[in-house]
Amino acid sequence: MAEFFQQVVAGLASGSIYALLALAIVIIYRSTGVVNFAQGEMATFTTFIAWTLVDHGLGYWPAFALTLVIAFVGGIALERTIIRPVEGKPVVTVVILTIGLFIMLGGLTNWIWKAEVRSFPPSRPFPTDAWHIGDVAISKQDVGILLVTIGLVGGLWALFQLTKLGLALRASAVNPTASRLVGIRVGWMLAFGWGLAAAIGAVAGLFTAAASPPLEPNMMRPILIYAFAAAVVGGLESAVGAVIGGLAIGVALNLIATYDEHLHIELDRVRLPIALLLILTVLLVRPAGLFGKAVLRRV
Amino acid sequence: MAPLLELQDVEARYGPVQALHGVSLTVGEGEIVAVLGGNGAGKTTTLRAISGLVTKSGEVRFAGRRITRAAPERVARIGIAHVPEGRGIFQELSVHENLRLGAYLRRDGFDEGYERARAYFPWLDDRRGQQAGTLSGGEQQMLALARALMSRPRLLLLDEPSLGLAPIVVRELFEIVRQLNEKDGLAVLVVEQNAKLALRSSNRAYVLEVGRVALEGPSAELEQNDSVRKAYLGY
Amino acid sequence: MSRLVAARTAVTAIALVLAIVAMFLAPRWDKIGDIKGQQMGVYFIAILGLNIVTGYTGQISLAQGAFMAVGGYTTAILVVDHGVRDLWTIPIAALVAGVAGFLVGIPALKLSGLYVALATFGLAVAMPDILGWDKLDAVTKSGHEIQLFNSPDLIGKGFEDVTFLGHTLTFTRATYYLTWAIALVMLAVAWLVLRGGPGRAFRAVRDSELAATSSGVHIAAYKTFAFALSAAYAGVAGSLLVIAVAFADPNSFPAKLSLTILVGAVVAGLGSLWGVLIGAAFVQFLPDAAVHISKAQGVPDAVYGAALILIVLLLPTGFAGGLRRLFSPLTTRLYTRS
Repeated sequence: MAEFFQQVVAGLASGSIYALLALAIVIIYRSTGVVNFAQGEMATFTTFIAWTLVDHGLGYWPAFALTLVIAFVGGIALERTIIRPVEGKPVVTVVILTIGLFIMLGGLTNWIWKAEVRSFPPSRPFPTDAWHIGDVAISKQDVGILLVTIGLVGGLWALFQLTKLGLALRASAVNPTASRLVGIRVGWMLAFGWGLAAAIGAVAGLFTAAASPPLEPNMMRPILIYAFAAAVVGGLESAVGAVIGGLAIGVALNLIATYDEHLHIELDRVRLPIALLLILTVLLVRPAGLFGKAVLRRV
Repeated sequence: MAPLLELQDVEARYGPVQALHGVSLTVGEGEIVAVLGGNGAGKTTTLRAISGLVTKSGEVRFAGRRITRAAPERVARIGIAHVPEGRGIFQELSVHENLRLGAYLRRDGFDEGYERARAYFPWLDDRRGQQAGTLSGGEQQMLALARALMSRPRLLLLDEPSLGLAPIVVRELFEIVRQLNEKDGLAVLVVEQNAKLALRSSNRAYVLEVGRVALEGPSAELEQNDSVRKAYLGY
Repeated sequence: MSRLVAARTAVTAIALVLAIVAMFLAPRWDKIGDIKGQQMGVYFIAILGLNIVTGYTGQISLAQGAFMAVGGYTTAILVVDHGVRDLWTIPIAALVAGVAGFLVGIPALKLSGLYVALATFGLAVAMPDILGWDKLDAVTKSGHEIQLFNSPDLIGKGFEDVTFLGHTLTFTRATYYLTWAIALVMLAVAWLVLRGGPGRAFRAVRDSELAATSSGVHIAAYKTFAFALSAAYAGVAGSLLVIAVAFADPNSFPAKLSLTILVGAVVAGLGSLWGVLIGAAFVQFLPDAAVHISKAQGVPDAVYGAALILIVLLLPTGFAGGLRRLFSPLTTRLYTRS
């Protein structure tokens, strides 16, 4: 029982990471209609930047903050330079563009930092020991990740629902033309969305490096798939769904890995296919995702 | 006195297709001007040209300033409110949020603008939380108009307000527009397929055909004009 | 004749000339030329197939590599475990992959464009893991890494010279010719299919499902048929890949392969057969060219990715679309679908 509880907490922590990346994907999709296949590589790239900052003597949390700013600016730059020209183009074109970005960033990361094994030395975001409550050992890092994620999601909610900027962001996503007619600079709103998503992705990357060292260029690849699964499960347009989806997938995968020994199915090796199966099942049963609104097509 | 809005020889195209072949028109301070014409005559394109939603050549001037190259955001900023075809409201957002967006450009003015809107559309209060897309067609059009008013514009561009609405709702709508014009001095440029209603509700009118101004003059005169009667009024 | 038709005729003529040159040039280049040329042929076939499902019916499939895996493993298992002559396994691989494509195409009916892309992407990513799953090892006698080398049922046992019509060819040369011979056949088949009834139906589905249904086109049937057909092509490509390498393992079919094929199809220009050769050449030789720029780790990918981005921005309709834009400017897009 204690084991179960521990694994749930651990699952929530890894799920937080999926949730954050899924959130980034949803934000970009909602505002610009693009599924960003490069989201993971963007996160990796910014995490390496953070490592470089720490390596040069900056404390962990200051580096964290600075990295978020850099990611934000980078996201805005990306949207203004390469995404804007393909606004409104066919889906395939945009997909290939983000795939190109995926490949390019992966190559850049490898080139700049080489594929050496490294972890964040010596500073880490959270202490790596655990609290012991009776039989149960709860990793402080897991709790830290979860709390920061909750805080971040809460902050984002407040931004989108309670502020004028948030309203303008939502309006730009819902009806860009009408938004322009009321005076909103839609182009910059979209860029802001990308910046925001890049920063959120950076957090996901930083937590991944902390939770599953070492830091290496491929680290976000499987996470991207889980994040897609989470985003899809929630319905690509639902932020709430993405977060819940991410947490659920994190917990589910963790429990499967734990109890796999008893089941003898060796499911651990097929975690990705399981995520895929999940994506497929949800899409078939409820194409709009569990939280999405079904789109009625008026004939 | 210089007109509030002036278009000179405006040409506009959608890709390889040219929609406007040199349109010139004016709207004076406090005037209601109608633009009539059949499908594809270029009426909607004319409004979109004013708003900066379509690439164009020629001259567009508002209160003496050139806005030919202005982006839609800037056109909104200088006091032109455009209610596009299909209403242009934010379907997924609430009534209240739609109105807040209407007042986006005013730092101060939400409450004041809201008072005005409420005066003309008292039901807005009860429906503040309702999702805009679930309103009836007529209510959506009213909401679009209310939203346009929130920014206290000097000129209102109305694109086919009667589209898809029941006659009694349309009459109500035009009555409100008339009041806005009389009481608040709001200038209006309205594009309408319903020629009779448009001519009755406006001071002057232009008839567009194939992207050009075919006829223009005081609305009362045009209503008596033979070719207008045959082509657009049905008798 | 119109300028576009003239341009296309010119392209065909140039391709024919290049083909003849390649045939005679081949004896002069070394083994590497054979291998790369053969790989390009594999890409050619796979891109052709993908164009059918994505370019002609508008369903974005990111799983072409996964279907290649199906075809490739079918060949490997048949050759090694069951002693089937390699050439006969090719049509069987096509069939098996085709069925797999059909099975994927059915659920795809319920999904809109983007979701099909995501679902098939998931399939492509998951395929290596599925292939490597220990539980599946029972299906094959040799586990998930299948060695065809030295198998009597493989052309030249994977390394020996082969005699054909009186000529002696090295193994690599033989597979090179084999691949391109099959590629030409597949091209002809695609051309016939797309020119006729099915082709028109496909295009109708892509341009407007609503209009197509009202015209009596059975959408579901054609969409799944397109998936099945394109998967069959992938199966052939995968089969040839395995034959040429004489080895089948999960890492031969990573997610990147599916992405590469899609890239090739987009560079070629979706919805048209004219650019497939260019697309195949792009995905085959650009990474190599990128390596020439710098052997430093990561640079080839960075250059490849950047080139891809540039092409999408400058030539979004690919080579075929660019041809059309140059010579027939009124139709500015190859097709529009959002």
